Order: sequence, then structure tokens, then C-alpha cells
Amino acid sequence: MCMASALDIVRAGRPPRITFVDYPLGHTVGKPFDREGQVDIVRCGLAGFESMTQAEQVEMLGHRWADTEDWKAEEWRKGGAGGKDERKPRDGTPQYQSEQDRILAEGR
Amino acid sequence: MEPIEYMRMTRELYESLGHQPYGWLNADTPPPFTKLNKPLSQCRIGMVSTSGAYVVGQQAYHYKDDTSIRAIPKTTPTDQIHFSHITENYLPDPRRDPNCVFPIDALRTLEAEGVVGGVADELFSCMGGIYSQRRVREELIPALSESFARQNVDAVLLVPM
Repeated sequence: MCMASALDIVRAGRPPRITFVDYPLGHTVGKPFDREGQVDIVRCGLAGFESMTQAEQVEMLGHRWADTEDWKAEEWRKGGAGGKDERKPRDGTPQYQSEQDRILAEGR
Repeated sequence: MEPIEYMRMTRELYESLGHQPYGWLNADTPPPFTKLNKPLSQCRIGMVSTSGAYVVGQQAYHYKDDTSIRAIPKTTPTDQIHFSHITENYLPDPRRDPNCVFPIDALRTLEAEGVVGGVADELFSCMGGIYSQRRVREELIPALSESFARQNVDAVLLVPM
């Protein structure tokens, strides 16, 4: 089962089963600290193993990120024409979340 | 409302910046489809997240087509899961609560409830931002397949970021 918040990208890869959550990228299986919502989304995804009967079916979940859809305009503003390329440089050294992580992993 | 068209969005962004178009994967064959041969409540479930998750103490991912994977024990304290991903702009919330893209607590809950027969002892992560589709096919996918086979899973949850 492939969870998806970027439905077009995931669909292009043609996984056997998709569960779509209409949340911004970075929240494929839930909002931060919304444990109930996270469990519900994963529960729905897993249920698809039994409910889906043919390849490339998509379950569109009804979970909403916010009361309005304004966040989508913001996503387009940041990520569409005139936005910024947010990707980090293609650096071949490990990119730790913190310097402490680097020290713990590399011992120096 | 309709889902965001991320491919069109990115195409327009790259055009506006004068970049080459992004080479999305467009699979040209239908996927295999295998039904469960037993109830979900008896299945052992695996999970892979493409979010670049690692456990504190493990080596982080690099940003130049890193095809390695990390095995993350399912008993890992959630706050010990950190992230390195080439699109760090999507990481602020996962870095506060890893469960946004690495649903370890949800899986533990559903295992305890008996919704699934069990969760594999090791969950997996990889780097989602690999530009070489060939290296994904030849290096990443075989490594994941072998890892899932070793975990004896019946089904896998894939969580892209």
C-alpha cells in the first residue's frame, strides 16, 4: 500500500494500491502530534489491503488539513512559477539533523 | 477541492528558473496485484518511509543519490528518529513529530489493538530524492526487497515524503 499526499506523482509510479491524504507534503500520514488522526490514517491505509480488489485503486480519505483550502494557494505560491528551488545542494557527505548527531554517529 | 498538481507545479517552477524539466518516474507497465492470503489481523506488516529517517547514532543520508537504507527497530523511542532529506523544507513538522512521515507510533498502536498480526521488528527508511532511476532499480529496491524478506513480512506500507 502506498500512502500519498502528492497524488499525481505517486500515481505516475503506478503502485498496486494508493491511499490519498490531502495534506501538504511532509505530512503523508498525519498532522504533528495528532495521534488519533495519525492512527486513523494508517488504519485506513492498512484496511485497503483487504478492501481493494484490483490494481491501481485509490482510496481518497476525507481528512482535511484545515477548515479552508487556502493552504493549497500557499503551496502554489512557494512551489510554483516564481517560487524558489528549495532543494539542498547535492552534497555527498552525511547531512545530520544536528552536530550532536554527527558526533554520536562518527565518534568525533 | 482537487488534489494539488505537484508535477505541474514543479514543471512551472523549473521553467521559471530556467532549469531542465524534472524527470518524473512514469511507469509504463501495470503493477502486479497480489491479494492477502490471510486476514490483515494475522499479517506481519513492514514499512518503508522515503523521508530520510535515521536513528540518532546512525549515519545520516547524504544528498547525492544516496541509495542506502536504514533499519529502524520498531522499539525505537520516537524522539530518537531524526531526518536528513534533500528537500529539508518539508521537514520542520517531521522533526517535531516524526510520525508525520514515519508512523512508528501508529503502527505500534495498531499492533497492540490487533488490527494487524504484527509489525516487523525493523522498519526501514531511504532517501526519497534520488535522481537516478537506474540506481533506484538496481541498488535501492533490491536492498529493500531483501530486507523485507528477512523480516518475513506479508505486506508493506510505503510512506513517501
